[in-house]
Amino acid sequence: MAIEVDGQSYETDEEGYLADLNQWRPELATAMADADGAPLTEDHWEVVNFLREYYEEYQIAPAVRVLTKAIGKKLGKEKGNSKYLYELFPYGPAKQACKYAGLPKPTGCV
Amino acid sequence: MAAAKFDVPELKDYPIIPKLKKDAMAHSAPYVAKEEFQTKLGYPGELIDNWKEVAIEKMGELTDKYRSLSVYLDSCVKCGACTDKCHYYLGTTDPKNMPVARQDLFRKVYRRYYTLAGKIVPKLVGAEDLTEEVLDDWYTYFHQCSQCRRCSVYCPYGIDTAEISMAAREIMDTVGKGQKYCNEIIGKAQVLGNNLGLPEPALIDTLEGLEEDIEDETGVQVKLPLDVKGADVLLITPSADFFAEPHIDGLIGYAKVFHEADVSWTMSSYASEAANFGMFIGSYENMQKLALRIRQAALDLGVKRIVFGECGHAWRVAYSFLNTLAGPFDFLDSNYPVPQHICEVTHGFIQDGTIKLDKSGNDHMTLTYHDSCNVARASRMGDTPGGQFTIPRDIIKASCNDYYDMPEHSIKEGTYCCGGGGGLLTDDLIELRVKGAMPRMQALKQVTEQNGVTHMAAICAICKSQFSKIFPYYDFQMDQIVSVHQLVSNAIVLTGQTDGGSDEEDTKDAEQAA
Repeated sequence: MAIEVDGQSYETDEEGYLADLNQWRPELATAMADADGAPLTEDHWEVVNFLREYYEEYQIAPAVRVLTKAIGKKLGKEKGNSKYLYELFPYGPAKQACKYAGLPKPTGCV
Repeated sequence: MAAAKFDVPELKDYPIIPKLKKDAMAHSAPYVAKEEFQTKLGYPGELIDNWKEVAIEKMGELTDKYRSLSVYLDSCVKCGACTDKCHYYLGTTDPKNMPVARQDLFRKVYRRYYTLAGKIVPKLVGAEDLTEEVLDDWYTYFHQCSQCRRCSVYCPYGIDTAEISMAAREIMDTVGKGQKYCNEIIGKAQVLGNNLGLPEPALIDTLEGLEEDIEDETGVQVKLPLDVKGADVLLITPSADFFAEPHIDGLIGYAKVFHEADVSWTMSSYASEAANFGMFIGSYENMQKLALRIRQAALDLGVKRIVFGECGHAWRVAYSFLNTLAGPFDFLDSNYPVPQHICEVTHGFIQDGTIKLDKSGNDHMTLTYHDSCNVARASRMGDTPGGQFTIPRDIIKASCNDYYDMPEHSIKEGTYCCGGGGGLLTDDLIELRVKGAMPRMQALKQVTEQNGVTHMAAICAICKSQFSKIFPYYDFQMDQIVSVHQLVSNAIVLTGQTDGGSDEEDTKDAEQAA
């Protein structure tokens, strides 16, 4: 599978996760979210950017709790909970937001 | 949420055996593992040219090696007792999800090549050639079995479909047709030590964050130690406990119990996973590799005991197979069970008064308990029969004021699978997962309506993730599933604690004080 952005093709796995993390560009996240019918807002970008920063440091997506804490610190306590994150990413912040951020899908019993 | 592209089963007032719908789930099969995931586990990267010969040979090898498997294949008398016992059949109505029909996908090939009558007069004895069509059917329907073993409870011969399904998956792996979800994960765990692929620095960061959270909440410095040499207890827990909700609240609960009981304990970055997906694909070798990491971690850290966290199939592997896979464990303290379940540990501390629980910490919930299949039907706890049913319930009842069981046919040894066990907890099988959860959802709905149950507790990482994902399809909220040790965490009275057990508790105290 692949995703097309600005005439360039990017390889993805069966579930639409980017095959090569280094190929990621913000336009890809926008394209993926548009294809899902829920365009990204600034709030989404806060999450996507945090995921990328965390991944760069730790080579894995953060635990949901780590993510909610970080978002709470950045955007205010009322947004530091998983309910808020699921409102932003109905298919699950870990999975859906990771996809937009170009990160591999978290695997295991999650 | 959850705009389903399929019909979510309607929850009736009582269980109904559905009318058969041929091929209702023939379209449902998980992604096939790519070469990179296959070769890491020692399997061919793709379907090999002579797959048929190799598959038949492997079948013979397995029936020779596992006497139980050949007995199961030989002894079915088609009595039909199992037909309406599978949650996937009840939820999908596909006749091939009747346990006997699922077994027969395998049995008909076994008969053709390994029984005299099947070799001479195949048509008379329901024997069939192994063809590409049959292989596809295997791939489809042996990935619609969560190996939960409910059917085997009702089978007069005790035929265990799980074992047949494991054998079928092993044969498919051997010829190069493995399942992506399981095989990718096993490969990760063998290299990084856990299914998530969580590297050590991330694990350290997560654990430190949790220590901060607990201290913020309680004022007590509860530790979540990692790689501490010379600790008494090595806790082996599913990596989902480091990552997902409500799993992580359970992990906090274990830590509080160890803290309050003054147990010296540690986790291991080398063996940071309790789950063992090697079992799901029926691979003794892969199961053993993962089990040996636990042994190695125990030796390296010089611990005296091994305790397992809340993970269903991990407990089956640990309780039933750990000693043969990775034993002997004669270097551990023989005064304790090898291995021990965290519920046994906590239960003991409740019994002898080492830890005190304030039930009002959970007064915002009315609880029920979901018996996880691998704990209920494939293992035990404590030193009395049925301990795996009573011990978790005793812990819950000691932690809360309001508890109700779901209907009898749906709990204990008759428990329904969550719908996501056995290596099926993957998004590409979401339709199957939603439909397979129907019997459990029906039982849960009954106690929510009749007894006002608000939350369901479980001791399995797969069950917890599955329920939080599929609850919304049945109009429940995703946070209505909780960890058993999350309840303990809410109720436990920590020495030197500055706050109450929960926010609700604080409010009540404040009201009383005023």
